[in-house]
Amino acid sequence: MTERTVAIASAQGLHARPASLFAQAAGAAGIPVTIAKTGGSPVNAASMLMVMTLSAAHGEEVVLTADGPQADDVLDSLVGLLATDLDAEV
Amino acid sequence: MSVAAGRRTLAGVGVGRGLVVGPIAKAYPSPVIPPQGGGDPAQLGPAFDQVATSLQARAQAATGALAAVLGATAQMAADPALRAEAEQRVAAGETPAEAVDRAIARFVDMFTAAGGALAERVTDLRSVRDRVVAVLLDLDEPGVPPLTEPSIVVAADLAPADTAALDVRQVLAIVTERGGPTGHTAIIAGQLGIPCVVRTTGIMDLEPGTEVAVDAVTGTVTLDPGPEIREQSRARRAAAVALESDTAPGATADGHAVKLMANIGTGKDADRAGAVPTEGVGLFRTEVLYLGRATAPSQAEQVAEYSRVLRAFAGGKVVVRTLDAGADKPLPFVTQAGEENPALGVRGYRLVRSHPELLDTQLEALARAQAETGTTPWVMAPMVTTPAEARDFAARARAAGVSIVGVMIEVPAAALRAREILAEVDFVSVGTNDLAQYTMASDRLRGELADLLDPWQPAVLDLVDSTARAGLRARKPVGVCGESASDPVLALVLVGLGVTSLSMSVGAIPAVRYALRHHTSAECATMAATALAAQSAGEGRAAVVALLHPDVRETLGV
Repeated sequence: MTERTVAIASAQGLHARPASLFAQAAGAAGIPVTIAKTGGSPVNAASMLMVMTLSAAHGEEVVLTADGPQADDVLDSLVGLLATDLDAEV
Repeated sequence: MSVAAGRRTLAGVGVGRGLVVGPIAKAYPSPVIPPQGGGDPAQLGPAFDQVATSLQARAQAATGALAAVLGATAQMAADPALRAEAEQRVAAGETPAEAVDRAIARFVDMFTAAGGALAERVTDLRSVRDRVVAVLLDLDEPGVPPLTEPSIVVAADLAPADTAALDVRQVLAIVTERGGPTGHTAIIAGQLGIPCVVRTTGIMDLEPGTEVAVDAVTGTVTLDPGPEIREQSRARRAAAVALESDTAPGATADGHAVKLMANIGTGKDADRAGAVPTEGVGLFRTEVLYLGRATAPSQAEQVAEYSRVLRAFAGGKVVVRTLDAGADKPLPFVTQAGEENPALGVRGYRLVRSHPELLDTQLEALARAQAETGTTPWVMAPMVTTPAEARDFAARARAAGVSIVGVMIEVPAAALRAREILAEVDFVSVGTNDLAQYTMASDRLRGELADLLDPWQPAVLDLVDSTARAGLRARKPVGVCGESASDPVLALVLVGLGVTSLSMSVGAIPAVRYALRHHTSAECATMAATALAAQSAGEGRAAVVALLHPDVRETLGV
């Protein structure tokens, strides 16, 4: 089990457009990825609806997990996405 | 439909002056699941796929906010957690239609409970529910279908968001089974110059593609229209072109100037209205910019839109109404759910009580647009009720840098205290639709109360009269921007009462200009006195029509 912790960089938090972009990227990863708020229960990172229900605010930390040989690469790129202000790139 | 047995005609209430012939395209309501459920379990996945693919295709064809909403909705339809939940429910014995309905209901509950940005997405979730359930039950797709040829859009009723999403270049006319002549579908249609007939019983029984004629003057829909109706349609258009050839500023026969202005909702409308001879914009309904979206538009986006409108009328008069949300124009990020009487609730200027930041952002955006374009907007607030509210609004607007400040008179209390209100602001504009609704205590969305909502009601005209007189005394402009300004006969009465500008849908201006040109201010004053003296709306209109110049009666067909 590989795990990464990252703070949400998007100014408006992980909702709407950032949640959509993140879930699309997680869905395209080819392996199951989960996302959880620190101490919360993990949800399917490829589901925009579940990601949105986390209501992770700007600056709040989330934990990503995945399994298998590609897990490191996949999580690195998803962490990169969450560490970017996706609201700013319109 | 039998052709030999004579032409079948459906009757409704017409809005506008056009007569068009074309095929109908039907918009369908959200599907109702029968008590025994429905759908083939094998079709659950394909139904989600079909909806996601079709929404994605539409998102790619759209632009701006609409594209973003459609794209996000497509992604919801493809959501793996939503599908997993629906599949589990089917495995547990629910029918697919029920499973989709309940799986989405669970997300709706979660999103609603979370509030804020999430609650704003509930409309999109419901739209996914409606579309997927419709596919499973083999029903017609809910909402307005994509229009591939110029068509007459037919619906039981259209939500403001549906109307805003219409591809207007392809809409010949709008016909609804419900709604009223002052409802928002009718107003937006009037603004776009699209003929509209509301309250048309039986219209939903027609098959899509049926060829019909829609006459907004008589309020009728004729099936299997023959060559004579097509000829009439051409003649109507020719007469309209002839009226449009007079492009001089609005004035009575004796040269008393009356500004004839356009009601618009978007920068696109402004470009369209700017191409027609008008004397500016008398009502820029800014809420259109906020409709059908999840969050308020940013200040930068607002500045761009307002600047576009100000540039289209550079150096001219542009009256901007600040956000008028609530009641029949709900916005997910401001409207309070569960208001028992939304028309009497927190709407219009009253939103400043709960969301002052929305108004301040908008006022700052207007001041910035003024600075960027060099054209000064006249900025007014809707639903102001007391002189104290007028004073507060004026202070806020001036603090933000807005230089010309006004309020709308649409609440009887404000009309009765017009003098005190005019002491606080630079101008007022009478919104006759809401003024009629509140004076006559009749919901403007209830089509069956159309007789009470008639702007010819003497009680409504009394309030316009007292407002106009307060304006004359204060030497400040009093405009009318309700639909009554677009009735060429009533427009003469309003001018006779002392109203200084009339704002209406662009398409209505030529007929009003023509009527005004044929009567002196003294004749208008006589008509006003006649309308006020009448015992009823019908009696007043008939008495004023009898005073019309015969040429005007003939040309306008009144």
